[in-house]
Amino acid sequence: MAEKLLEIKNLKQYFNIGKANEVRAVDDISFDIYKGETLGLVGESGCGKSTTGRSIIRLYDATDGDVFYEGENVHGKKSKQELKKFNRKMQMIFQDPYASLNQRMKVMDIIAEGIDIHGLAKNPAERKKMVYDLLETVGLNKEHANRYPHEFSGGQRQRLGIARALAVDPDFIIADEPISALDVSIQAQVVNLLKELQEEKGLTFLFIAHDLSMVKYISDRIGVMYFGKLVELAPAEELYNNPLHPYTQSLLSAIPLPDPNYERNRVRKSYDPAVHNYTQADDVRMREISPGHFVQCSERELELIKAASVTN
Amino acid sequence: MEKILQVKDLELSFNTQGGEVKAIRGVNFDLYKGETLAIVGESGSGKSVTTKSIMRLLPENSAEFKSGEILFGGRDLTKLSDKEMQKIRGKEISMIFQDPMTSLNPTMPIGRQLTEPLLKHQKISTSEAKKVAIDLLRLVGMPKPELRMKQYPHQFSGGQRQRIVIAISLACNPKILIADEPTTALDVTIQAQILELMKDLQKKIDTSIIFITHDLGVVANVADRVAVMYGGKIVEIGTVDEIFYNPQHPYTWGLLSSMPSLDTEDAKLYAIPGTPPDLLDPPKGDAFALRSEYALKIDMEQNPPFFKISDTHSAATWLLHPDAPQVEPPLTVIERMKKFPGSRYYEGGVV
Ligand SMILES: Nc1ncnc2c1ncn2[C@@H]1O[C@H](COP(=O)(O)OP(=O)(O)O)[C@@H](O)[C@H]1O
Ligand SMILES: Nc1ncnc2c1ncn2[C@@H]1O[C@H](COP(=O)(O)OP(=O)(O)O)[C@@H](O)[C@H]1O
Ligand SMILES: [Mg+2]
Ligand SMILES: [Mg+2]
Repeated sequence: MAEKLLEIKNLKQYFNIGKANEVRAVDDISFDIYKGETLGLVGESGCGKSTTGRSIIRLYDATDGDVFYEGENVHGKKSKQELKKFNRKMQMIFQDPYASLNQRMKVMDIIAEGIDIHGLAKNPAERKKMVYDLLETVGLNKEHANRYPHEFSGGQRQRLGIARALAVDPDFIIADEPISALDVSIQAQVVNLLKELQEEKGLTFLFIAHDLSMVKYISDRIGVMYFGKLVELAPAEELYNNPLHPYTQSLLSAIPLPDPNYERNRVRKSYDPAVHNYTQADDVRMREISPGHFVQCSERELELIKAASVTN
Repeated sequence: MEKILQVKDLELSFNTQGGEVKAIRGVNFDLYKGETLAIVGESGSGKSVTTKSIMRLLPENSAEFKSGEILFGGRDLTKLSDKEMQKIRGKEISMIFQDPMTSLNPTMPIGRQLTEPLLKHQKISTSEAKKVAIDLLRLVGMPKPELRMKQYPHQFSGGQRQRIVIAISLACNPKILIADEPTTALDVTIQAQILELMKDLQKKIDTSIIFITHDLGVVANVADRVAVMYGGKIVEIGTVDEIFYNPQHPYTWGLLSSMPSLDTEDAKLYAIPGTPPDLLDPPKGDAFALRSEYALKIDMEQNPPFFKISDTHSAATWLLHPDAPQVEPPLTVIERMKKFPGSRYYEGGVV
């Protein structure tokens, strides 16, 4: 898992810069995404998860910072041709499959959109075959090609969204809350599909979610965001077993699990940013506590964390 | 325990252009004083329609009670006039929804929205109502409530709006509170606060709660008893421990297995195949049979009756018939059963 696919460096995405309503949606975050992994991104609504995804994929021009894709700077000056190449490698799937699919287009044309833009089919027959194959890949069938989005259930629409993203044969997919709107049983179907596709095609995922048990299940590593900052990043198992940032601890302690006995004993921790007591002099940044486990903290907090881990 | 509400053999259909949608196909349950009954099931299983029929909030031109009764305070709610129903709604039974804006008026200050039901249902003066409203806001954890009475819904966050809706719904100390996915749209931390709030308030005023959700974690947290719905019927009902640690219906097994527990290893998640039945033309036998690997031949022909597992637990599946073959539940379910005294997989210890 050592090879980096993406490097996100000091990424900033501000809105309404200089105005009273300025929002620092993403405020100086850095992380890598490895080839073939699923990186989960969690945090409460408004903390900047979607904006992070959208900036990476260049739906916005970043306020500052860089995104390297296989070593090439995606946010540098680029010709149309080069941008098109990146657009093909990176695709996005969304929470609300309904809103993200053009209601007036037939499934055939919705899925073929990317194929057309990138000229991937030599002739109409090949285009048709590609769409049929994609429908099959996501567990639908070719009869579905002539229908409209409103004729599908929520889970099926999410499959259409996935088929459309796969049409251009991408390497990297940003899935922005792709299962949040679905029923539990349908969530499991979609998550299994994503996992299968990843194994088959060696895809890399950035999986944005607020359902933490599903994120743990699907992710290799998880990043936790709070108010535009990344506050912790660790292998999935490690993050759940040994959360170090107080915000992560509070988030994890709030998840109800399908186990009444656990629920009777669960103690919720709340998070107050004032506990850090940071001063101007504090150098607050992401620090590596153990291999692959990063926490945003000051030097003083680092010492405390280290001391605590010795006594444990 | 005192029964506050009894739903008996309820059948309800929608008459639509496409035909008769048999949304509720024989639902029976009791609600006890002070308890929380959770209703779970996939979308379309009939959770909302069941509770909206209690509140009589269904479109009159298409919804039709086919049979059964809903007994509350000695009266059958299916037979009451609209006028009689209005006296019950918001006073004795109130309801909150997933989107708080369903219940809030965007153009009215929240203070007035709180005092209105008080003035309508209780004999108190405007200034008294205002006092009660401020107390209610304080009760649901709104800081500086006096200052916020004049503000409009858009000036509050999603979690705060849901608190306001809860305050409004509790204004008249209802006997029953129906909550339809009240926390589904909220972040986990806010959800946790709202759930704690509801439990606290329930203790204070001894309200019975019907809590609809598809999140089994939330069910495990709030419920005393659980009803599992599928295809317009309740297929299993029991105490929260019975449903989570000794489930008997293959549909309940499917729901429980499709959620990863925090210690689910990399194994594939169990996903119930297929989709819920078409209620325009519901299947003849067990509606879940077509999606179930445990289906027996009889499931295709005859609807299973309820079999009793304990005084508090029953399930409608032919697997519980004395002549049925013994089957092994999914592994994740067996893991659960190991914790339940009385289950055949019990391994000792107490839950
Ligand atoms: N286009 C935009 N213009 C102004 N503010 C925005 C825009 N997009 C997002 N924001 C703000 O940026 C913050 C982060 O939003 P978002 O990335 O959508 O959060 P999340 O996906 O974690 O819920 C929020 O405060 C949001 O209101
Ligand atoms: N107004 C209506 N007209 C026709 N069918 C309806 C109406 N409301 C609900 N239904 C149908 O009744 C069934 C149960 O719906 P509902 O109770 O909303 O399910 P849920 O369990 O998701 O709350 C579904 O098949 C739904 O399509
Ligand atoms: Mg988002
Ligand atoms: Mg519903």
